[in-house]
Amino acid sequence: MISILRTIWLVFLHAFQRRITVQYPEQKPYLAPRYRGRIVLTRDPDGGERCVACNLCAVACPVGCIALQATEDKTGRRLPEFFRINFSRCIFCGYCEEACPTYAIQLTPDFEMGEFQRKNLVYEKEHLLIDGPGKYPGYNFWRVAGVQIGGKDKGQAAHEEPPVDVHSLMP
Amino acid sequence: MTSPYPILSILGIVIVALSIAAFLIWVERRLLALWQDRYGPNRTGPFGLLQVVADAIKMFMKEDWIPPFVDKPVFIVAPAIIFVTVLMSFAVLPVAPGIIVSDLNVGLLFFLAMSSLGVYSVVLAGWSSNNKYALVGGLRAAAQMLSYEVFMGLSLMGVVLLTGSFSLPAIVEAQRKIWFVIPQFPGFVLFLIAGLAETRRIPFDLPEAESELVAGYHSEYSGMKFGMFFVGEYMGVTLISSMIAVLFFGGWLGPVLPGLLWLLIKTFLFISFFVLVRAALPRPRFDQLMSWGWKVMLPLALANLLVTGAVILMWGKG
Repeated sequence: MISILRTIWLVFLHAFQRRITVQYPEQKPYLAPRYRGRIVLTRDPDGGERCVACNLCAVACPVGCIALQATEDKTGRRLPEFFRINFSRCIFCGYCEEACPTYAIQLTPDFEMGEFQRKNLVYEKEHLLIDGPGKYPGYNFWRVAGVQIGGKDKGQAAHEEPPVDVHSLMP
Repeated sequence: MTSPYPILSILGIVIVALSIAAFLIWVERRLLALWQDRYGPNRTGPFGLLQVVADAIKMFMKEDWIPPFVDKPVFIVAPAIIFVTVLMSFAVLPVAPGIIVSDLNVGLLFFLAMSSLGVYSVVLAGWSSNNKYALVGGLRAAAQMLSYEVFMGLSLMGVVLLTGSFSLPAIVEAQRKIWFVIPQFPGFVLFLIAGLAETRRIPFDLPEAESELVAGYHSEYSGMKFGMFFVGEYMGVTLISSMIAVLFFGGWLGPVLPGLLWLLIKTFLFISFFVLVRAALPRPRFDQLMSWGWKVMLPLALANLLVTGAVILMWGKG
């Protein structure tokens, strides 16, 4: 009996407590930096595309919403000819980000992607590419990779020594 | 004493009772939200007040589906009964001095009779739905109403003894010196609990008990027929709250403000309390409910009646 009255009283006291509702459209909720939202393709600090079209993200994707086609530019850099994410299929699991060897594909704290037409949820490369490096500001894949591309010969990458002429290696 | 313009007071009371009942949809959701640290409906119009309008439009637009397996005439009549009986009870409610639809000298008995008749609505709805959940809900309603009706009447007999009349305006007038809640405190508590059970609200919502019985007696109802059960329940809440105010808290009596406003304020306080109880308490098991009614509440009501009678016999009235 006392416990019933106590319950009623304690519930009544909640009238004077702060409401925990976030009034969403006016008041934005806090999203952590590593929140898994809209997917973007990032660029190197020098502005080049990071994506090397290795297809690992498309393979890792459990719903198969990523489609891309690899190509090569004149300097020998691999890059996607097209890169397409169907966000009406995407489950925002983040596996693509984990699979990506070049930090190119990243998930961002943005979920406001509502559309009236389903086909508008298919994002092409120009919709996905952003201008900045995303979560890894200093990282430049082509500067640390040992691959030879136009403007960077073998041995010119960071922490890399010039190649050794094996014929000069005498016992 | 009836009012000089009976039609006006009839229309006034019906319209006010209906609009309070409709308004309660919003009040209840906002108050529940307040006590659960939420906001409730606050988007439609100022403070979400137009939620009532939105709900009404939705209710009218819904398909009014009568399942093929139901007992059709009874199925249709059932929601009307609750509406009619509750509205009839408002006829004996003294709103302000001289404003009452019908000042019966057995007003209190009329109110009790009407609230008992309201059970038919629920039982018939449960029976005619031809659905086991609805039937169980209807059966529960019948048993619950029967057992809580008994001490609901008995808990009010103390008030009648103190007044010496069944007429509700006379009961209000008799509270000029002291509100009956003080000499009749046990009666007040018993009536409050019986009133909660009578309106089938949480924690006494066993007839609908959505976690056990889908929606109990109104499982098969949709559209405006469901809406009538819904509004009927809110009108029942308004009725019981205003009855508590009239019988135990001096009805229209109060300083400064006009009597009508006092009754509204007191009624609203008890409506809020009903919502608070809903926010706070869980539903008891059915056998607990029954044994509470018969083994605790009924003896208490009888004891209260006995003591009140003895006191009046020894020291006279007042």
